[in-house]
Amino acid sequence: MEELYANYFNMTIIAGALPSVLRGFLVTVEVALAVIVIGVALGLGLALLRLPGWKLVNGLITAWIELFRTLPQLVILIFLYFALPYAGIRLSPFAATALALGAVLSAFAAEIFTAAIMALPKGQWEAAQSLGFGPVRTLRMIILPQSVRLATPLVTNRIIAVTKGSALGVAVSLNDTLGAAQSYMSITANPSPLMLAAALYLAFFIPLVALSRAIERRMTLS
Amino acid sequence: MDLFVANFLNWQSFVMIWPLLAQGLVVTLKLVVVCLPLATLSGLAAGIAYSFAGKGLRRLIVVLIDLLRSFPALVLLVVIYYSLPALDIRISGFWAVVLALCLNNTGYFGEIFRAGLVSVDKGQGEAAHALGFGPVRAMVWIILPQAFRRVMAPCASNALELVKTTSIASIVAMPELLRSARVAQEQTYNPTPLTAVAVIFFLMLWPFSRWVSVLERRAIIARG
Repeated sequence: MEELYANYFNMTIIAGALPSVLRGFLVTVEVALAVIVIGVALGLGLALLRLPGWKLVNGLITAWIELFRTLPQLVILIFLYFALPYAGIRLSPFAATALALGAVLSAFAAEIFTAAIMALPKGQWEAAQSLGFGPVRTLRMIILPQSVRLATPLVTNRIIAVTKGSALGVAVSLNDTLGAAQSYMSITANPSPLMLAAALYLAFFIPLVALSRAIERRMTLS
Repeated sequence: MDLFVANFLNWQSFVMIWPLLAQGLVVTLKLVVVCLPLATLSGLAAGIAYSFAGKGLRRLIVVLIDLLRSFPALVLLVVIYYSLPALDIRISGFWAVVLALCLNNTGYFGEIFRAGLVSVDKGQGEAAHALGFGPVRAMVWIILPQAFRRVMAPCASNALELVKTTSIASIVAMPELLRSARVAQEQTYNPTPLTAVAVIFFLMLWPFSRWVSVLERRAIIARG
């Protein structure tokens, strides 16, 4: 028991690791925020670009969605970070992680937003037109407010699922929560910093998982 | 353009590294074959336990499911892989990955089966009871078949995520597909192996991913 305590919950080591792991946690939060902004904005943008029915554009958007829904997040991240430099594109670990996960989230979000826009009855567009609304104003004032509300629960669940991938950043030496804990662990040869990191991840994601449970309950009730 | 092809789609390089990638592919498939049934069964067990449990146990199961779902899979894997040796438990990379993925996905599958079983109308169980079915027979013959139909889409979607997640094994130096490609890329100074691994994953998973989309759409229509 004593040994277990010294190995996993060694307070001296945890206190030593705390500053760097907390800085890492800040990076995790920043990555998560960047992923949400990139993924949701791009996803909504792609869904809107699909509306006019340009064949070439729609083909490209569909390819984007299929690609990033199907490939593992880590494969995309490794490709961005280790393959793109051969094309002269060098990304920082932060940028590579945020872009890879942002691309994945954008693909899922675009599908959800498209479905939500399609779910509105056609009469909404026709009624707006007969009231003298142009297509852009119809979209902005009539269609989007309704479809965004429809899409929000599903997009929220996807956001939670994708941001869990932020820990993958360690594969490209991102100094996030897990990365900082791992490097401190390698100095001290003691896994206590990992326990600290695990506790921080739980503190971050348990409320989000509870949120998604609440969302699911509300969706099945309605 | 030529430079792009020579770099990213270099056929010679691909032929050279293919044996390495093929070995990696076999490891990836082994991980899937071991993890997918194990995680599905333990998730199903959690769901069934929930439907037979009393109030206190039910709350405990939900807490455990949420706890397992809250860990990013990679964090779970790193904790298992690097911290067990301190307890003098030696575990190979393969089994560390299996343990991490199974624990994580017991949470995901457990929640899917739990919600699916709960969603079956109470009257079904009562009718079975009235017809003389015991609780186990009612579960096997009446409740489960109806729940299975409802959980098809989320189960398929989660199975796909599980297959994708096996790539995190590369981080603990397991020579699966992605890790093999990284090794090949470092040896050949050429990113073709990374392109190849993306193409292999895409070809392998895309039909499955399309199927998941169809199932999900059907589930939405059935609900609406």
